[in-house]
Amino acid sequence: MSEINSKTLESQTKSSVFRRRVFGHQGVMIGAAIVLAAVLIALSAPLIAPHDPYYQDLLNRLVPPVWDSRGSWEHILGTDHLGRDYLSRLIYGARISLLIGVGAALISGLIGTVLGVAAGYFGGRVDMVVTFMITVRLSMPVVLVALAVVAIVGGSLQVVIMVLGFLLWDRFAVVMRSSTLQIRSMDYVAAAQAVGCSTTRILTTEIMPNVVNNLIVIATLEIAHAIILEAALSFLGLGVQPPLPSWGLMVSEGKDMMLFEPWLITIPGVALFLLVLAINLLGDGARDITAPENRN
Amino acid sequence: MAELMIDAKDVTRNFTISRGMFRGKQQLKAVNGVDLTVERGEVLALVGESGCGKTTLAKVLLGLLPQTSGTVELCGQPINDVPRLALARTIQPIFQDPYSSLNPRKTIGSIIALPMKVQGIADQDSMRRRVEETMDLVGLPPRLYDAFPNQLSGGQRQRVAIARALVNRPQIVVCDEPTSALDVSVQSQILNLLNDLRNELNLTYIIISHNLAVVEHIATRVAVMYLGRIVEIADTDTLFKDPQHPYTRALLDSVLTPDPNMGIPNNQLGASYPNPIDPPSGCSFHPRCVNAMPHCATVAPNGKADGGHYVECHLYDDAS
Repeated sequence: MSEINSKTLESQTKSSVFRRRVFGHQGVMIGAAIVLAAVLIALSAPLIAPHDPYYQDLLNRLVPPVWDSRGSWEHILGTDHLGRDYLSRLIYGARISLLIGVGAALISGLIGTVLGVAAGYFGGRVDMVVTFMITVRLSMPVVLVALAVVAIVGGSLQVVIMVLGFLLWDRFAVVMRSSTLQIRSMDYVAAAQAVGCSTTRILTTEIMPNVVNNLIVIATLEIAHAIILEAALSFLGLGVQPPLPSWGLMVSEGKDMMLFEPWLITIPGVALFLLVLAINLLGDGARDITAPENRN
Repeated sequence: MAELMIDAKDVTRNFTISRGMFRGKQQLKAVNGVDLTVERGEVLALVGESGCGKTTLAKVLLGLLPQTSGTVELCGQPINDVPRLALARTIQPIFQDPYSSLNPRKTIGSIIALPMKVQGIADQDSMRRRVEETMDLVGLPPRLYDAFPNQLSGGQRQRVAIARALVNRPQIVVCDEPTSALDVSVQSQILNLLNDLRNELNLTYIIISHNLAVVEHIATRVAVMYLGRIVEIADTDTLFKDPQHPYTRALLDSVLTPDPNMGIPNNQLGASYPNPIDPPSGCSFHPRCVNAMPHCATVAPNGKADGGHYVECHLYDDAS
């Protein structure tokens, strides 16, 4: 065993092992490909969008996509009820969705990680307060609170990101708390204390590296969650405000014509589904790859 | 008289136990009035059943848990006054389970270098040289420098833990069951390593162990603990030849023999270890003691020291 280990050690550098594990994982490859595509599309939206997503061509309303007999290559995915090019709106919508997903996950991740790690590491009173906050937060219905807040302060992109960020930290806090609690009782934390490490150093070099793979998984879940919630809020008319091209808003605007023009909601729906699926695949894979027991 | 490395007086450590929402809190005396001195170069073994407070005492000595009352002096200085980094340079632990004492995310090199980094030794080259020296000292091949802990065997991991403890050349090493998580074949290697290192580096050891064979092999003095108190201390030879406390005798009798036909020794203790939240009155050992006398249940025994041999039992009271 040790002979094999030493051989693999000598023949492979750390980065080559890492590369092999990333490229050998199908889920990660599929997820990463879709997410990367979405990010590239979002970044280069002005370059690749065939039309202005806000330009209304009232003479060309509800043109079906190109695969329909009435469709044309002028509008590949057709136009909506105001004659705006659907493909362009979809491309610009990727920007909104990713921005909201990543933004909300960043805010909630920061809040949840700080609270959870503090509760798990310090225990006692700190833990009691944080656990109480988590319970309070869990007893609030997210969509209802988000709706109420947005209804009071008015919906805009920034407001939606902030509201979702302040509402989705519970899972971060719960998971970070329990994994910190588990790592905290390990002997290497006691050893670090005994060699004189400061609390900051213990938290950053002993605790965080061992809980961060959970963080990645939760972050991807919450990005997906935030994207879906944004779609739901926009669908209810209290999320991103028109004429911004949000995917949820597109579904909402298309729902009246659902029976006769089903592609109006299928296209943004499929886009949402694919993006959320890809983010989840990426998260699962990231956990598999970074878990120390799978090293080697 | 040799230099006193550790001088603990009347050390007590309580834990607050919550007994449920409406039943209030209670104090558990994990360590209850322990006096202990350790001289330079000594190997003191702490033995006793699970839950008797050995590990808690070790944590107090390491400064990981503050004592509830009493004083601990380390090289003549009260432990609570010693700054964190100076304390870390003086006394270091080696833990029982080498599978949980190494951070799985760090390489062996950086695990062993951590104590030096904390002490502010910034020079990368000299740090690496010291780590490699120490790895050589504990018998780890240098190619493991960039390995991760999960690529190592249990014995190698324990060697890494020893290297981490020794890299700053502490004077006292507290080993909490250093061999109990290891294979029998590896145990002796680690014990011999500890012994060699002690001679080479002039270390003082406190070794916590269940394994009396280990204790006999490595210790110079043995302290027997029962329910948070030290009930007997003596030199290893004296203690193994002439155990005085009934509990020590029972412990020594309970060692299994290699011959399975001899069965499990009957140590007359009965099975029940008393609940440490609610210790027995008088001498806490009396419910299990074969020599119990009526007043054992009411009066706690005073310690009696005969030369270096200390025992806490009514059997050795002066005739009165």
